[in-house]
Amino acid sequence: MKKQETLRQRDIRTAWMLILPSLLIILGITLQPILTTFILSFFETSQGQIVPTEFVGLSHYFNFIKDPIFWATIKRTLYFTFVSVALELVLGLGIAQLINSHPPGWKFLRTSLIIPWAVPTIVNGFMWRWIYNADYGALNGLLLQLGVIKHYVPWLIAPQRAMNLVILADIWHTVPFVALILQAALATIPEELEEAAAVDGATSWQRFVRIRLPLLRPAILVALVIRSVEAFRVFDIIYVTTNGGPAFGTVTISFLTYLETFSYGHIGNGSALSFLISLFTMGLAYIYIRFLYRPEVNP
Amino acid sequence: MRKETKWILIVTMLTLLVSLVGCQSQQQPTGPVTIRVFGMDQAAMTPEEMKAIADEFMQKNPDIKVELEFAAYDAMHDKIITAMASTPPSYDVFEVDDPWYAEFVKAGYLVDVSDRITDKMKADVFKTAWDVVTVDGKVYGLPWLLDQKYFFYNKQILQQAGFNEPPKTWEELIDQAKVIKEKGLVEYPIVWSWAQAEAAICDWVTLLYGNGGTFLDKDGKPAFNNEAGVQTLTWMLQTMEDGYTNPASISYLEEDVRNVFSQGKAAFALNWNYMFDLANFNQQESQVTGQVGVALIPVFKKGAEMGVVSSSINGSMGFGVAAKSPNLDAGWKFIEYLTSEDVQLRYSAHMLPMWQTLFQGDNLKKLESASPAAAVMASAFSAQFPYANVRPRAAFYPEGSKALQLALQLALTKQKTPQEALDEAAAKWLELSQK
Amino acid sequence: MRVRRSTRRNIWLFLVTIPVLVFIYAPITWLLISSVSTRAELLSVPIHWIPQNPTLKNYLDILTPGTSTSEVASAFKITLRNSLFIATSVTIISIIIGGIAAYALVRMRFPFSQPLLIGLLGTRMIPEVSLIIPLYILAARLRLLNTPYILILTYLSFALPFAIWLMATFFESIPYELEDAARIDGANWLQIIYRIIVPISTPGIVSTALFVFLTAWDEFFFALIFTNTLAAKTVPVAIAEFSGRYVVDISAMMAGGVLAILPPVLLALVFQRYIVSGLTAGAVKS
Repeated sequence: MKKQETLRQRDIRTAWMLILPSLLIILGITLQPILTTFILSFFETSQGQIVPTEFVGLSHYFNFIKDPIFWATIKRTLYFTFVSVALELVLGLGIAQLINSHPPGWKFLRTSLIIPWAVPTIVNGFMWRWIYNADYGALNGLLLQLGVIKHYVPWLIAPQRAMNLVILADIWHTVPFVALILQAALATIPEELEEAAAVDGATSWQRFVRIRLPLLRPAILVALVIRSVEAFRVFDIIYVTTNGGPAFGTVTISFLTYLETFSYGHIGNGSALSFLISLFTMGLAYIYIRFLYRPEVNP
Repeated sequence: MRKETKWILIVTMLTLLVSLVGCQSQQQPTGPVTIRVFGMDQAAMTPEEMKAIADEFMQKNPDIKVELEFAAYDAMHDKIITAMASTPPSYDVFEVDDPWYAEFVKAGYLVDVSDRITDKMKADVFKTAWDVVTVDGKVYGLPWLLDQKYFFYNKQILQQAGFNEPPKTWEELIDQAKVIKEKGLVEYPIVWSWAQAEAAICDWVTLLYGNGGTFLDKDGKPAFNNEAGVQTLTWMLQTMEDGYTNPASISYLEEDVRNVFSQGKAAFALNWNYMFDLANFNQQESQVTGQVGVALIPVFKKGAEMGVVSSSINGSMGFGVAAKSPNLDAGWKFIEYLTSEDVQLRYSAHMLPMWQTLFQGDNLKKLESASPAAAVMASAFSAQFPYANVRPRAAFYPEGSKALQLALQLALTKQKTPQEALDEAAAKWLELSQK
Repeated sequence: MRVRRSTRRNIWLFLVTIPVLVFIYAPITWLLISSVSTRAELLSVPIHWIPQNPTLKNYLDILTPGTSTSEVASAFKITLRNSLFIATSVTIISIIIGGIAAYALVRMRFPFSQPLLIGLLGTRMIPEVSLIIPLYILAARLRLLNTPYILILTYLSFALPFAIWLMATFFESIPYELEDAARIDGANWLQIIYRIIVPISTPGIVSTALFVFLTAWDEFFFALIFTNTLAAKTVPVAIAEFSGRYVVDISAMMAGGVLAILPPVLLALVFQRYIVSGLTAGAVKS
């Protein structure tokens, strides 16, 4: 009993020792800025300076909570997050499954997947902006030649449509990440399990739902969490493709934070906004972890 | 026990890190003073020309060392804000765009140089150039890159439609557009930069002042939602409904305007100086080379009756000295040299001078000989620039402008009527000004 | 032993593969076409799918110093080197340090390991735009501005939490029996990681490495604010400089984009076989 105890203690010490370098790097870089931001969120700051001038308590937070623009922005951001992450997951899972079925040319497909992912976001934004252009865009050119449209369509002038097109541009860039993570997870599933099920006469759909999906749960969780957290804070692609237009139709919460912090110079406001954002992302992460995380599941 | 030591270790290391961050190192300048100058990449003088000027300056002032740094326009505002947050600031001298002046002055980034402006400067530099660097009657630097919107038209399309002269009023422009559209020369005769960005405000202010309107009234309260303002916005919407304005304008920036105009898909466009050279002379970039004309920007009939000759938007930039800079005098000396008549005349290949005196006689010939584009644009500039309107000098301008951009877009996408949308923006503006 | 695939199944699967490939390659093709076209041609209606006067000018401008008019373009190679250095450093450090941490977090059950794992995500939940000004001041005081090191450190602080999460996920699915067997043989944590964890989860580790590399490769906003000169400018910053106050040199930007794709894709090709599948649990056992 005594020996057990000390062994366990030594294990714990080793564990901390192994985690320490990561923690030091993460906290060493982010702790001070996060604390500064947190403190500033309770202050009025002089324009464009991170010099607190007046303690205002929670009023920055309350001002946002009372502001309909804030809630409209949250709604848009949630729309962006859910639609893009859901599509990424469905497409990613499909592509991962496809690659793992080893159709002819699957290796080529696998390598090809890296390409959209490797296009720098800033180039991706300009590329899609150019593709969607009403007067010389490739999308109009293609659809006209295919006979789908009769006249060139100004795609980006309707707020909702602009949002959906930004989502398309974003998922083109990010589906490969989800697909590759899920594919790597699929690759580590022991074939014996499936073969046994096949022998038992399970159809391939049954095998997918009963064997692969449960085993994929941790990978799906991690892809969901990472992508949702990133999608909720989406900024670059919107900055380049629509700059938040038309009529604020693509202004997401990070974009609003950018406007507050950098364009308007309200650093206190921007700081409060970013902590509100982190509340939302934590909520999202919590929901996923609650429903998907099963630490005891172990094949 | 060992567990505790480990915790102590962690805490110590974190404290060390934080304290390391807390302590500030002071450095006394030794030897020649170094000034760090931050400017814009692309447009205006090239980095090579700037380096050449800096070298000349350093030869004449051996005790001052100039270090130049450039960034793309899009990065400048954010970089200046972050750079000014540290002490001493990362830049001693930096380039400022017109709409940032009031904001930077309020934030205390720029030093007041009103006392250093000579009488000769006051007399010989364009009056509208001083508008750029002046906030509440005080001067915060010298004008640098002078730019404004111009009225461009496609000569060939106009001729095919049977017009020999470009329109003088917006009403006349619509008459010409009607013929151009009916003859099927182009689908949408005019294209604008009405995207949700500062670009939209630039076009809007141009139209507004051309309609006899003003942005603010005499007391500094918003006036853009009065009759002239609503009429202007209603006119914008109407031209779109009638098919004279390219509907994609709502998503277009200046570069999109240039592209559409260069395609030959538009007969008229408002744009900055840069478009002329690229659209009229560069065959790699444009399909309408040799067809581009430039004229004074039209006004509305109502504006003309009120005596408005033309109306444009001032989109100039200037150089200023950082208020927190330890090298104020050296910084100012460099700006003075950079903008001196002699330097500006010698380096006029890519940028027009701020000196009115250089647009006369032999000097004008020298400016015009710089390039085929300058041959046209030098005189077009001095004709249009006196009518360049400057946007309000308010510290909250970026936020007020964003509210107005939203209003324009809400009206143009027909989610609100022009009156409703502008009233809301005016209310927001008033609220911001009272903060 | 593998289930024999029928030709019909293959044809069917191939038919599904085609739209996926079209989805991937249609925009890329346009990227390529744009990068070798003049603007006048890009603006033509109907669209010239095959440029009539293709030009490699953009690539030559970027790759051969001295020929270009802009300093930005000829500096591209240096920024490419900076980006490679930064992304590689971040990847190697993340995989080693993060891999060890991930192992400890999921395989050594200890108090707080769960909350800690979740808490790691916390640093990733605050938008960059809010952290950038305090970080800039921090970097200025540490005299790290305009060096690759500040970017490496910043990217690490963002990449590490995700790298740990990803690898933890892959490590978690490894049967405990394997590890226990090794422990009985007297192996320490390093040997366990090296002999058991790494071989089995190679696909996961390589995918994570790719993820970290691309995150660092792609990062734009921090690089934009923290770097001023070629000493530290990265590829996305160089590409952004093709966009001026009004002018956007779209062809140069697209050419830069094509060049920026190459290093990650080449890396992925090199590591291809490791991603496809690692050793299965069974293989280690036997």
